[in-house]
Amino acid sequence: MTAADGMTGADAVTGADAVTAAGGVTAADGRPGRGDVLLGARGVAVYFPVGSQFAARARHEERLLRAVDGVDLEVGRGEALALVGESGSGKSTLALALAGLCPADSGEISLDGKTLPARRSNADRRRIQMVFQDPYSSLNPRMTIGGVLRELLRVHHVVPRNQVAEESKRLLTLVGLPAEAVSAYPRQFSGGQRQRVAIARALALRPDVLIADEPVSALDVSVQATILNLLASLRSELGLSLLLISHNLAVVRHLCDRVAVMYLGRIVEVAPTEELFGAPRHPYTRGLLAAIPRLARNDLDTGAPAISGDPPSPLRIPSGYRFRTRCPIAQQRCAEEDPALGADAAAPGHLAACHFAFVPAPPAATGLARTGDQA
Amino acid sequence: MTAAPGPAPGGTVPGQGTPTGTVLEVRDLHVRIASRQGTVRAVDGVSFDVAAGEALGLVGESGSGKSMTLRAVLGVLPAEARVTSGEILLDGVNLVAQTQHELNRIRGTKMSMIFQEPMSALNPVMRVGLQIAEGPQVHLGFGRARAAERALELMRRVGIPDPERRFRAYPHEFSGGMRQRVMIAIALSCDPEIILCDEPTTALDVTIQDQILRLLARLCSESGVSLVFVTHDLPVVAQICQRVAVMYGGQLVERGAVADVLLDPRHPYTRGLVRSAPDFDYVRESLVPIPGAPPSLITPPSGCRFHPRCEFAEEDCRVSETPLRLLPGGRATACLHYERCLEAVAADRAQG
Repeated sequence: MTAADGMTGADAVTGADAVTAAGGVTAADGRPGRGDVLLGARGVAVYFPVGSQFAARARHEERLLRAVDGVDLEVGRGEALALVGESGSGKSTLALALAGLCPADSGEISLDGKTLPARRSNADRRRIQMVFQDPYSSLNPRMTIGGVLRELLRVHHVVPRNQVAEESKRLLTLVGLPAEAVSAYPRQFSGGQRQRVAIARALALRPDVLIADEPVSALDVSVQATILNLLASLRSELGLSLLLISHNLAVVRHLCDRVAVMYLGRIVEVAPTEELFGAPRHPYTRGLLAAIPRLARNDLDTGAPAISGDPPSPLRIPSGYRFRTRCPIAQQRCAEEDPALGADAAAPGHLAACHFAFVPAPPAATGLARTGDQA
Repeated sequence: MTAAPGPAPGGTVPGQGTPTGTVLEVRDLHVRIASRQGTVRAVDGVSFDVAAGEALGLVGESGSGKSMTLRAVLGVLPAEARVTSGEILLDGVNLVAQTQHELNRIRGTKMSMIFQEPMSALNPVMRVGLQIAEGPQVHLGFGRARAAERALELMRRVGIPDPERRFRAYPHEFSGGMRQRVMIAIALSCDPEIILCDEPTTALDVTIQDQILRLLARLCSESGVSLVFVTHDLPVVAQICQRVAVMYGGQLVERGAVADVLLDPRHPYTRGLVRSAPDFDYVRESLVPIPGAPPSLITPPSGCRFHPRCEFAEEDCRVSETPLRLLPGGRATACLHYERCLEAVAADRAQG
């Protein structure tokens, strides 16, 4: 739906202009124009069957874990988009689906306007690469760094065979490691250096999109900065599109142009970073922002937690609107109707899925919200 | 039960908690760990104290010795590690000199701990209600019924919904946040004077972290219990603690009120930590990492342990020992040239 509204034929022209003019960031309204959408997802859903399907059928119930439940998302060329949300919100599963590492049950994923088939060709796979959270388990301990890179470069014919060794060294220098690292094993590196190796491995295939799933959360604070700076500089040097998955909103604010907030398998709000953090429209986003501990603020004594309770299980998603069980402004209507991701005419780049996102907030909660903690 | 009111309501606001006395005093603590590569000087001359009703943050990167310090205080060091010198005084009693039997008694009634990963700290095959009731039964001599009643009351206090039903549940049936609430209930079960927290919210989502921090802050100001809060997350420390001690390479490098230390550091390492972490309220052009890597604790650098990574280091930093020196305003720093750090902080601020 995000592609459908407000983007008719006329936009195709302006969109194409935006690519050349703005270095491919985003169009004026904050949403990538049609021309510069690089990676698109439409109605993507990933379900996992859980437990005995036979027993479930006998009891006439559905045992499906709805990890990703209908997501529309667009990543512009050269854009850095952040995907944030609590654990279990489906952000990692969505990333795997986009990278083609986990088949989507429905919906379609397109790259450069071309719909990708369920079984992707090597050429398509090359264009979307991933960096994982834990650099200790995502590198083969029995292979040297050079071995990892050479294998990739050969299999995908990235460079002619006689240049493979040279290219591996170039990649390592690109991510700030010494060229001699080719003959070292992962165990000889610290966490931050391993994450550099993981980034070099992703870049070896010269991708258009780099998906980084919590790339710094396993690292120490002082090392995190070096990796974040590296991602920022690679993005501007290579013109990469970046999809950054993180639960750390400070990291996101630092690195990304736009932010998509996920809750229980759906995207509940998408907007340019400063707009989302400055004027959040969705009650969940407001709660997330209020929950961030700040260096220069201490207000634990005042008031209730920003969001009470735990997220519901993705096996039993609440009826109507899925956030209503924890929403401070939930109304009767929210139990019945599932709001679509929509925007205000004034700011078409700021989408939110809430009945009250763009109308004045309702008077008071009707008690539908379950209060988990009386502070 | 905990009828004793906190020293001052709202004791989590810096400067507002009026300390009535010192609960925990650590004096020149040294912990050594034997390893194949040599002796690791994990904690090297650490001193701090915690006043009644106060929350002290202990921050540092992994390997800085913050968790080892906490484990030494509780007396649960790993087998290879030993306290080689120093004193740990809890209400004036030196814990280092106590027998195992004595320690067990003290641990139950005066001191308790909340761990990072509640799933591995809780007994997976024991109903949570019984786990909460166990402390009062063993240490306070409560009968089974009375202990169960106490457990229910604690579960209500820490915000576990439907406690009567949840009493009979097992840890795996709880979410991460709820498990941490169970841990807090266990920690509170014998009315301790001090609770030691080892990264209690690191494994939690930010919304759940917010709930747990608020709960801890409320419980502390209600019951006047002191906290030692070990974490690497500076904003979390800013939220819950009044005072903070920064550790580097097994030593304390800076100590003081939270707002002073984090917003106006007097040690280059603290400044580096603050500048390298992305801050939500203040977006910089680029983050400034601390160059180099943390020191080896088997062969630590001479003099100030931070000198190889410090931009202000001079010759004397390489040779002379750097004990904490007191500064005005109840602060202390280990930096020999803290004036230069002060200037740099002022310059950082002028830049925006």
